[in-house]
Amino acid sequence: MAENFEPVIIGFLCNWCAYAGADLAGVSRLQYPPNMRAIRVMCSGMVHPNLVVDALEKGADGVIVMG
Amino acid sequence: MNIKLLTLSEVQKIQGEAGNFTVTVKENPRYVDVDKCIACGMCAEKCPKKVPNEFDGGLSKRKAAYIPYGQAVPLKYALDAENCIFIQKGKCRACEKFCPAGAINFADTEKIHEIQVGSIITAPGFKAFDPSIFDTYDYAKLPDVVTSLEYERLLAAGGPCMGHLERPSDHTVPKKVGWLQCVGSRNINKCDNGYCSSVCCMYALKQALVSTEHADGAKLDLSIFYMDMRTHGKEFDKYLEKAKAEGIRFIPDRIHTIYPGKDNKGVVVEYMDTTTGERVKEAYDLFVLSVGLQTGPAAIKMAQNLGITLDKYNFAKTTSFNPVATSKPGIFAAGAFQGPKDIPQSVTEASSAAMEAAAGLTSVRGTMTEEKTFPTEAEVAGQEPRIGVFICSCGINIAGTIDVKAVAEYAKTLPNVVYVKNNMFTCSQDTQVLMANEIKEQHLNRVVVAACTPRTHEPLFQETMREAGLNKYLFEMANIRNQNSWVHMKEPEKATKKAKDQVRMAVVKARMLVPLDHISVGVNQSALVVGGGVSGMKAALGIADQGYETFLVEKTDTLGGNALLLNKTWKGEPIRPYVEDLIAKVENHPNIKLFKNSTLKSNKGSVGNFVTEINVDGEIKALTYGIAIVCTGAQEYKPSEYLYGQDDRVLTHLEFDQELRDHMPAVSKAKGAVFIQCVGSRCPERPYCSKTCCTHTMESAIDLKKANPDMPVFVIYRDIRTYGEREDLYREAREKGVIFVRYALENKPVVSKEGDDLVVLVNDPISSKTLDIRPSYLVLATAMVPNKSDELVNLYKCGLNEDGFIMEAHPKLRPVDMTVDGMYVAGLCHYPKPIDEAIAQAQAAVARASVVLSKSIMPLDSIKSFTTENCDGCALCVDTCPYSAISIITYTNDEGLEKRKIETNASLCKGCGICEATCPKKGIFVHGFTTEQLRAQVMAALEDI
Repeated sequence: MAENFEPVIIGFLCNWCAYAGADLAGVSRLQYPPNMRAIRVMCSGMVHPNLVVDALEKGADGVIVMG
Repeated sequence: MNIKLLTLSEVQKIQGEAGNFTVTVKENPRYVDVDKCIACGMCAEKCPKKVPNEFDGGLSKRKAAYIPYGQAVPLKYALDAENCIFIQKGKCRACEKFCPAGAINFADTEKIHEIQVGSIITAPGFKAFDPSIFDTYDYAKLPDVVTSLEYERLLAAGGPCMGHLERPSDHTVPKKVGWLQCVGSRNINKCDNGYCSSVCCMYALKQALVSTEHADGAKLDLSIFYMDMRTHGKEFDKYLEKAKAEGIRFIPDRIHTIYPGKDNKGVVVEYMDTTTGERVKEAYDLFVLSVGLQTGPAAIKMAQNLGITLDKYNFAKTTSFNPVATSKPGIFAAGAFQGPKDIPQSVTEASSAAMEAAAGLTSVRGTMTEEKTFPTEAEVAGQEPRIGVFICSCGINIAGTIDVKAVAEYAKTLPNVVYVKNNMFTCSQDTQVLMANEIKEQHLNRVVVAACTPRTHEPLFQETMREAGLNKYLFEMANIRNQNSWVHMKEPEKATKKAKDQVRMAVVKARMLVPLDHISVGVNQSALVVGGGVSGMKAALGIADQGYETFLVEKTDTLGGNALLLNKTWKGEPIRPYVEDLIAKVENHPNIKLFKNSTLKSNKGSVGNFVTEINVDGEIKALTYGIAIVCTGAQEYKPSEYLYGQDDRVLTHLEFDQELRDHMPAVSKAKGAVFIQCVGSRCPERPYCSKTCCTHTMESAIDLKKANPDMPVFVIYRDIRTYGEREDLYREAREKGVIFVRYALENKPVVSKEGDDLVVLVNDPISSKTLDIRPSYLVLATAMVPNKSDELVNLYKCGLNEDGFIMEAHPKLRPVDMTVDGMYVAGLCHYPKPIDEAIAQAQAAVARASVVLSKSIMPLDSIKSFTTENCDGCALCVDTCPYSAISIITYTNDEGLEKRKIETNASLCKGCGICEATCPKKGIFVHGFTTEQLRAQVMAALEDI
């Protein structure tokens, strides 16, 4: 794997916990790599399995569902 | 809408009484017509007169035509008559000449208003202490000695150095910064402020912790010189521990002199190091005086005009049992005018005062209010999307990391984007006006804001859209602050790329948004109160007095809670008669249904319509109500250390209170008493301060000294936290000869038995000797532990913090709202607090609850599930819905065939979309989060691949 490999990760973040947690990470200035693109959902249970498959098919290196 | 603002105004006099006051208000001239002013700032730009900017503590200049600060409400300019060249000297009129709106009015005069009101709330705030009187600190002469308020401005993005920390003398980044606490507080020598200002320890910690972010990457050396670190609020002690872990130095010594540094840059401070006994001189680049809070002369004059009594420190005189009621019926006080305090407590008190003010007006509630109306929403269905993108700099919060200009340029290239604007603060009042104008002028039918988080700011922007006649659901945010600039501070290029992706994802979703109908639900105008202590009873009475039915559920057979065990408040008021009076009122109130020996069993429903089963002595009863107030309380921690439970002379505070109550003659003959503070508090198991114990110890110690002045009384402590005017008790205890010995968590006192003697060994840091004390009583100031709330959490899905206290929706903005809509919190289950604060909080909860209870219909969010024509009633979603919001209905289709499909109950649906992920047929989606919309975001995110 190339040394400068920059994975693209799709994140589905629950509005009530993970998204709020990501906001709090900001308020706390916790630094993390900028590779994830977050999509706000109203519950992690809202994420249809097809969405995960579609993301991987389109070329995402990873999908993270946080809730 | 129902608030009429009178700025530049002062109360001259009042007549009448509670329920019917006539207030005479003098409105000073603004010289700017607020109806014409468009806040373009041309007057300030052209005004030739520069004056020190008060808002920046004089560190920058403003003009004589000015607004105090960017977020000013109303956002209208004013002329400062004292400095205006035309008003003073009769020549100039530059502002008048250049104002494009013709808003300047030099003929403006003062106006007198006579206003009829039923209740009055006073909240004039505080003035920061002016440290110029301390000649040894030389604040007036040394440029690099600043007050904490000035330092706050040095850190502020909108301040004199745009958030890049500089010291005043030479505008370089200070590498070594010190804070001196208690300047103008806890001092009766140079000033008359004997009280603790309550907030300075926390703000000094905050300033120290955030300084590094504003120092352009420089490593800072930060020290705080203090007497006691008073971090007694919720989550505050953890913040103190964080500051220690970050390497901030805490020096428990008092600086006696500040000398100028070389070339009058920086300073040299001199103090006695109490650990070595040596005099130390240390150089600092910048030194901050943590100035205290005091009532300003204008507030004192206002109090005189209103005829309300101030206490000896010029704070509004109140009692513990009526914490926001002034000496004059119908007039209430909130915030720092009532006593020095922080924002959460001020906001709580503001709600509390609102409740008190409204209580007197119950019979005429709603008779003079108007409903807010919005313009008819423009029809956008079928139109090509026209998207406006607003990109926020948030001062330097976003623009310091992300190239916002580049993001704005990029946004212009996206499909359907017709307007892009970069703003300094997109949430400011002036940007809202701009946004509304652009929506109309550019015929925008979708809005994207790239800024902070929709969790806090979506409602603000949505209201602006409604005011501009656009459906509020045609809105999307890109979170480029909390989830980008703040977390990728060292990778600006990647952060900028990510911001572009975020904006693209938001734009793509915005294209697919459709307007949603506004929906509402009926409200059951009754309340449930859980817990029958002082907070619960006070909350129940507050609701019931307004005419709403109230259910009070208490798990034991007795009302009163912990208050039954207490003797008196810190102000000396006896507690028992007050509690007995409350109990009698609750038991006899026609609107209160009391359930003792009762626990919660099940719960369904949501704000406006809860249905709960309770177990009353084994019998199940169902209650229906619209809101709930939780006051489940806390209890005294029973320790396992210091021979507690093994020796009768070792007592907790409440046990010693009983001893004082029942056996005072015997207690007064005791050969000595020792108090140990922080037993079970501020330790790894319970890393919070129990807030009340220091004051409680002072009361008991003073009582002992009053009964027998010769009795040796020792207090072994870590930090004495007699915040606010409670500091008087600490001083009185010292004056009466109580001896205070400081200990550290890693060097606790040791208690043992030697023959019949109870022996307390403690290391005294001042003399560096071990003291051997043999008292008759050892009183342990033990922690306050929240009652178990697991059941409540299970039934209502509400949140607890790590220590088991109930979480509020937001500690500062919504301090008595719980994380569940329609639920409010008061008393010890929220955090340890004295009785006056518990009462204020209970009253605040009543005020907040009344917002829901006062209307029979409540608007709901429209983010709910909806079915499509694909639904065939297979019912897979019915079982997966966690809120039981979905049911099956049968209907007859166009061909006369009987069909099944599902239906959503809007007041139960939370929009979680588990149905959406479950449905195999694309038969049900959630508005604003359909699978197609989410897929579009996924594809947009991966567009570059």
